[in-house]
Amino acid sequence: MTADTEVPPIVSMRGTTIEFPGVKALDGVDFTLRPGEVHSLMGENGAGKSTLIKALTGVYQIDSGTITVGGRTQTFDSTADAQAAGISTVYQEVNLCTNLSVGENVMLGHEPRRTFGIDWSGAHKEAARHLGSLGLDLDTHSPLSSHSIAIQQLVAIARAMVLDAKVLILDEPTSSLDRGEVEQLFDVIRSLRDKGVAILFVSHFLDQVYEISDRLTVLRNGKLVGEHLVGDLPREALVTEMIGRELDELAALSTVADRTINRAAHPVLRAEGVGKKGIVEPADLDVFEGEVVGIAGLLGSGRTELVRLLYGADKADSGTIAVRGKKAKIHQPRHAIDSRIAFSSENRRSEGVVADLTVAENMILGVQARRGWLHRVSKAEQDAIVSEYMTALGVRPADPNVPIGNLSGGNQQKVLIARWLAMQPELLILDEPTRGIDVGAKADIQRKVAELSAQGLSVVFISSELEEVLRISQRVNVMRDRRKVGELDSHDVDLDGLIDYIANAEADAPAAAQKGA
Amino acid sequence: MKLVKSRLFWPAMALVTLLVVNIVVNPNFARITMRDGQLYGAMVDILRQSAPLMLVALGMTLVIATRGIDLSVGAIMAVSGAVALTIIDGSGDPDNVGTVAIAIGVAVLVSLVLGVWNGFLVSVLGIQPIIATLVLMLAGRGVALLITGGFITTVNSDPLSYIASGYLTLLPFAFFISVAVIAVIALLERRTALGMLTEAVGINPEASRLAGVRSRGIVWGAYIASGVLAGVAGIIYASNIKAADANAAGYLIELYAILAVVLGGTSLMGGKFSIAGTVIGVLTVQTLDSTILFFGVPSAQSPVFFAVVVIIVVLVQSPRVHAWGRKVGAMFRSSKETPRDGTPPGGATATSAPVATKPEHKEVSA
Repeated sequence: MTADTEVPPIVSMRGTTIEFPGVKALDGVDFTLRPGEVHSLMGENGAGKSTLIKALTGVYQIDSGTITVGGRTQTFDSTADAQAAGISTVYQEVNLCTNLSVGENVMLGHEPRRTFGIDWSGAHKEAARHLGSLGLDLDTHSPLSSHSIAIQQLVAIARAMVLDAKVLILDEPTSSLDRGEVEQLFDVIRSLRDKGVAILFVSHFLDQVYEISDRLTVLRNGKLVGEHLVGDLPREALVTEMIGRELDELAALSTVADRTINRAAHPVLRAEGVGKKGIVEPADLDVFEGEVVGIAGLLGSGRTELVRLLYGADKADSGTIAVRGKKAKIHQPRHAIDSRIAFSSENRRSEGVVADLTVAENMILGVQARRGWLHRVSKAEQDAIVSEYMTALGVRPADPNVPIGNLSGGNQQKVLIARWLAMQPELLILDEPTRGIDVGAKADIQRKVAELSAQGLSVVFISSELEEVLRISQRVNVMRDRRKVGELDSHDVDLDGLIDYIANAEADAPAAAQKGA
Repeated sequence: MKLVKSRLFWPAMALVTLLVVNIVVNPNFARITMRDGQLYGAMVDILRQSAPLMLVALGMTLVIATRGIDLSVGAIMAVSGAVALTIIDGSGDPDNVGTVAIAIGVAVLVSLVLGVWNGFLVSVLGIQPIIATLVLMLAGRGVALLITGGFITTVNSDPLSYIASGYLTLLPFAFFISVAVIAVIALLERRTALGMLTEAVGINPEASRLAGVRSRGIVWGAYIASGVLAGVAGIIYASNIKAADANAAGYLIELYAILAVVLGGTSLMGGKFSIAGTVIGVLTVQTLDSTILFFGVPSAQSPVFFAVVVIIVVLVQSPRVHAWGRKVGAMFRSSKETPRDGTPPGGATATSAPVATKPEHKEVSA
């Protein structure tokens, strides 16, 4: 044991190794978690964070190494084993039964019993007590689905407390919470920490990590980089440890937005009054050659819906689309592809990756589909595409024959971008290409977008991260309430200005709103 | 180790084991005799008799790969046999090769139309495959009865009989039909991009659509292929019994075909499929069928015998059972080596026990 341990650790993983075909997901990693601390696990996508958590929760079995929990060496064969050892997990996507009541969810499997069946009133009382200890005052009879994701997450934590967890793992708990909800969650985390619960926290938000954590463990490529007290590691140092290189490149990107765009020629894409009833109101959008056009707006503001119409993923019921000055009929994705438009969906898992196919097959899928089944992409062509984009985008692991499902989110995203680039599009629509992926992969993707647009590719870029939108686009379209409310030159506006615009800009229909009121 | 991890290892093991058991119990099973330059024996019979199931199961593989299922194959067999035999029966000259060829052509064409119908319901109208094909499964045999006028049409036609019973040099002609169809499908799927696109559509239809894959055509094509292959199977069946029996032709074959596909390692969830696996699966099912005869299992008990063997085969192939097996083996070994001890030095517990369950890819790939 190392010297800095005043408290005996609750979890101690030593030399943990897990291998997948072609990937060493964890390579001899040591990890120590002490009671009464919030410990953040940091690393890029594919660094091994999820794998480590899954090893600790019994989802994966380790290939070598030891896991000691509460002083006893454990081999977890199932998640039930891990739970019995006092390890509870709250996942990003809450895994509770939304159709059951709050109280039932909290007590599920641990309901107090009477001679005949379950003592429901007792169960609800106890559920209320557990929720109360987290500062939550909920009607335990209300269905879980009637509450926000934030509340559901807190209910999941309350449930972990019923299981008498010594270790609580929170995997990206804040990704769908607003600021107030995050504060509420952090209050709960702090009070649990003060009661001696060891908390393992994973988040992509550096601010939150620095706000809540006591200690950080950094992983990179499945290996341990270091363990630090939060105070000892400034952010720049952390990011450098995570990605293994300096982050200056991102700053250099801002010059991209300064390039001048020739707007005299026909735009690559001109949409006029494109909309769909009940989905998104008719909107105009131009994208010129070599231009990056951002779309900013809150989730549900209609940004995804609008670009889906442009791509033909959904069929528009109004408006016209012209590609390089020629009217184009885009009713299906294939029509858009024929007009050299590509679209990378925000739902990577359900609308992007074909999980059981290999990385190489996923990369060539678009090209192959365009050619039709009779004209198979030859092995040589496939190898050429794969080798070009594997290195250009820095896909890890660099093995094209691994099923894409084995890759981390960020690397899956890179493969998908490669799929679209391999089709040599003239317009690339990227919907949230950097969501849920890490600094390094993010930088890779942003750099690639900038590079390609400099070569003449037009890009429509959607992101919830407004800094990102401002940094790489020349113009920003702002959407709110399923309507385009304006268009800004990204030179004329800074981050605060953009936020303000998203929140306050009145479109040309304020009168209608007043009439309604 | 690589061999063990191959997708085909366990299906092949099941087949080999079944054959070995048969040979051990009755060495005659392995005997193959040569008469008039033609091979005879139990194993040759398996090759011959498996032809209809082989064709149907290959079609089923393609349909299952697209996340579908085709319950109508048995009924299509009945229709196809009825059409062909009615034409031959109605012609003046049943022994004329030309007549038989036309009859077969028309029957296969009708089967194709039925496949188009199934594919239309599924890929264009978006009806759930199990329901869409149930329509024909129920109605098809009625149509077949209608064609034969409610009777079992019997014909004596040498060219027709040749299909199921004849020999082409050493081996039965029906076996060559199987081989030809296997070759055509394997070439189509692996030499063109059809296999990959079919898998993509089966694994993630929406992602495939957004990538520009013409999934409608691919799904539709799978049902058409299944219909055509069932049609050919129906002719082989009718040729074998020299009759069109609308009720017995292809009875329950859809379920045996599904069984063969699954035994071959193709998941009913769609996506990744294996032609070689299906071939092995079909031979397993057919061998089992022969085993029942060979062992002299009374016919009243044969379904139970069949079911028990199928359960064993499925268990032997289950990754979870493998994991348990390894774990039990490791426990057994370690209890022999070291007396039971809570924490052996050097973390021996963790290293000695090989990994149990991993994400599924570990089993599937390699």
